[in-house]
Amino acid sequence: MITPANDLLRLSPVSDSHVSLQLLGKWRQGSTLPDTGDIISGLTQFPRLEKISFDSSSLKSWDSILLITLTRLIETCEQKGVFVDRSGLPQGVKRLLMLASAVPEKKGTREKRRRPTFLAHVGEETLDFLKSAGEIISFLGESTIAVMKLFTGKARYRSSDLTLTIQECGVEALPIVSLISLLVGLILAFIGAIQLEMFGAEIYVADLVGIAMVRVMGSVMTGVIMAGRTGAAFAAQIGTMEVNEEIDALKTLGISPVEFLVLPRMLGMTIMMPMLCLYANLMGILGGLIVGVTMLDVNLVQYYLQTRNAVGINDLVIGIIQGVLFGILVALTGCLRGMQCGRSAAAVGNASTSAVVTGIVAIVVTTALVTIICSVIGV
Amino acid sequence: MKTTDHSSVAQIVVKNLTMAYDNYVIMQNLNFSVNPGDVFIIMGGSGCGKSTLLRHLIGLKAPFKGEIFYGNTSFWNVLPAERDRIMKQAGILYQSGALWSSMTLGQNVALPLEQYTNLKQKEIRELVAFKLSLVGLAGFEDFYPSEISGGMRKRAGLARAIAMDPKFLFFDEPSAGLDPLSARRLDELILELRESLGATIVVVTHDLDSIFMIGNNSVFLDAGTKTMSAMGHPRMLRQDSEYDDVRLFLRRGETKESRHR
Ligand SMILES: Nc1ncnc2c1ncn2[C@@H]1O[C@H](COP(=O)(O)OP(=O)(O)OP(=O)(O)O)[C@@H](O)[C@H]1O
Ligand SMILES: [Mg+2]
Repeated sequence: MITPANDLLRLSPVSDSHVSLQLLGKWRQGSTLPDTGDIISGLTQFPRLEKISFDSSSLKSWDSILLITLTRLIETCEQKGVFVDRSGLPQGVKRLLMLASAVPEKKGTREKRRRPTFLAHVGEETLDFLKSAGEIISFLGESTIAVMKLFTGKARYRSSDLTLTIQECGVEALPIVSLISLLVGLILAFIGAIQLEMFGAEIYVADLVGIAMVRVMGSVMTGVIMAGRTGAAFAAQIGTMEVNEEIDALKTLGISPVEFLVLPRMLGMTIMMPMLCLYANLMGILGGLIVGVTMLDVNLVQYYLQTRNAVGINDLVIGIIQGVLFGILVALTGCLRGMQCGRSAAAVGNASTSAVVTGIVAIVVTTALVTIICSVIGV
Repeated sequence: MKTTDHSSVAQIVVKNLTMAYDNYVIMQNLNFSVNPGDVFIIMGGSGCGKSTLLRHLIGLKAPFKGEIFYGNTSFWNVLPAERDRIMKQAGILYQSGALWSSMTLGQNVALPLEQYTNLKQKEIRELVAFKLSLVGLAGFEDFYPSEISGGMRKRAGLARAIAMDPKFLFFDEPSAGLDPLSARRLDELILELRESLGATIVVVTHDLDSIFMIGNNSVFLDAGTKTMSAMGHPRMLRQDSEYDDVRLFLRRGETKESRHR
């Protein structure tokens, strides 16, 4: 009896318990191949099967497709206790099959990677959350210690790191801070003008823009820009160092990475934020002034005097304090995400994304807190 | 930094060590000791946990179970500050080199010296130049790690590891990525460091030539059984280890009969 499963394979029984598999034609990617299941069910016609062998005299050419079919076939046969005689296979096939089975499969890894059930997933997420809360707290603790060491003059960091950060969050951030704050000033003035024109009170645009910029928007916009620019950069820099074992090299040298890497970045940010905020305030007011003078026919001097009267020293101080807080927060979140980074390129990308997100969330929450506190104590 | 106490007590003792990532056990029941002046080889197949073992020895990863002793100090049962103190006497070459990428090679080698010695700038500069020339990188002080090749990074990492004339040296695959000549020079350098500094050296390597040239004690980690399967002088292990895996490893998979294949 001959069972042509396909024109590439023929089953020819030698005896009751021995079947020879004839391999024919081209076993290559792209040719229509016999299904392994079909072959196996073809073999079940022989209930007393004990041995299969191969005949490859008519096999023209082959590639890995033949190998995977054979691997599956051999596995199934061996499980069923059928002896597989490989002597009829081409030399190359025999050798490759040997190599593939030389190192046994690592056990337990597939198991571990299985999709967890919903409950297990929730449990794992909770544990992860607790772990990361712990990490954040110990990071904050270490940062505090580093700052205290700074004040006692014992902190170890490279002053060139500090200079670099100052440059990064200073001069290099100016163009984008200028653009954004100017536009925010313009937008505020426009929106204000539409409302105030109804009462003929255009001049109060100066109050609106001045107070809004100085008290809140100047520092918030600068904070958001810094989170996107510098916070992400910090996370990526430190994350890459983690991937490269550079952080390990610092630790084993007895140098605290927080002191060495986080401190100069935080310090640079804290120094530069107030100045950037001041600058952003000015640019915002300038934006308002452009709208006021060109569209509302307010006199330049009038606008200036109005702004000066409206904006109190309170507003300025609150804005700057907020700015400093944002600076510290952005630097801390950026560095924290960098330190938590895993050991792959993708992890570095995730670290900088999550640095930006955490940074912006922190900024908004802090703004809300500061605003509430200020209104409670009445400043 | 030179120590003259060549006492015969073992320097590093590993007792019943089990290593795991989360709960996934990599190796268990490791027991071995490294004697003063040894060049101790950690060998085993790729991915069996050699680098992980090294991370335990240098204080980067806490044991799942078991203990590690430096002299009489139980390394993982003391305060981190005490661990730092022990590690100050150690030089480490990481598998990837781990040079600080924002610093030049010169600054990389100089950092440990600036942190822990009172040397003057000029002396530090001279020392840095000397250490770089020992690894064949004379004149590369002002290059950044991104501007040199992988093998050169490895060698620069070595220069940084030996900057402080350490008492312990840990090397993770020092000769991987080096050409045969540089690899040979590196082996000679390792032996020379042991002689001149009296250093105790732990090397992770699969390079058979250097295993036999520099090693005088070794441990073989077996990924299959998840424990160490042999310990001793590499040449002795090649001759008559009772484990087939170890003999095969040390003979590059050649048994005597299959040599012609
Ligand atoms: N961070 C990690 N989390 C989980 N498993 C890990 C982690 N790092 C390594 N492993 C696992 O631990 C095992 C040992 O890794 P290790 O890096 O120590 O191997 P190795 O012996 O140094 O290999 P090689 O010779 O290739 O460097 C590997 O099987 C790997 O899958
Ligand atoms: Mg390794």
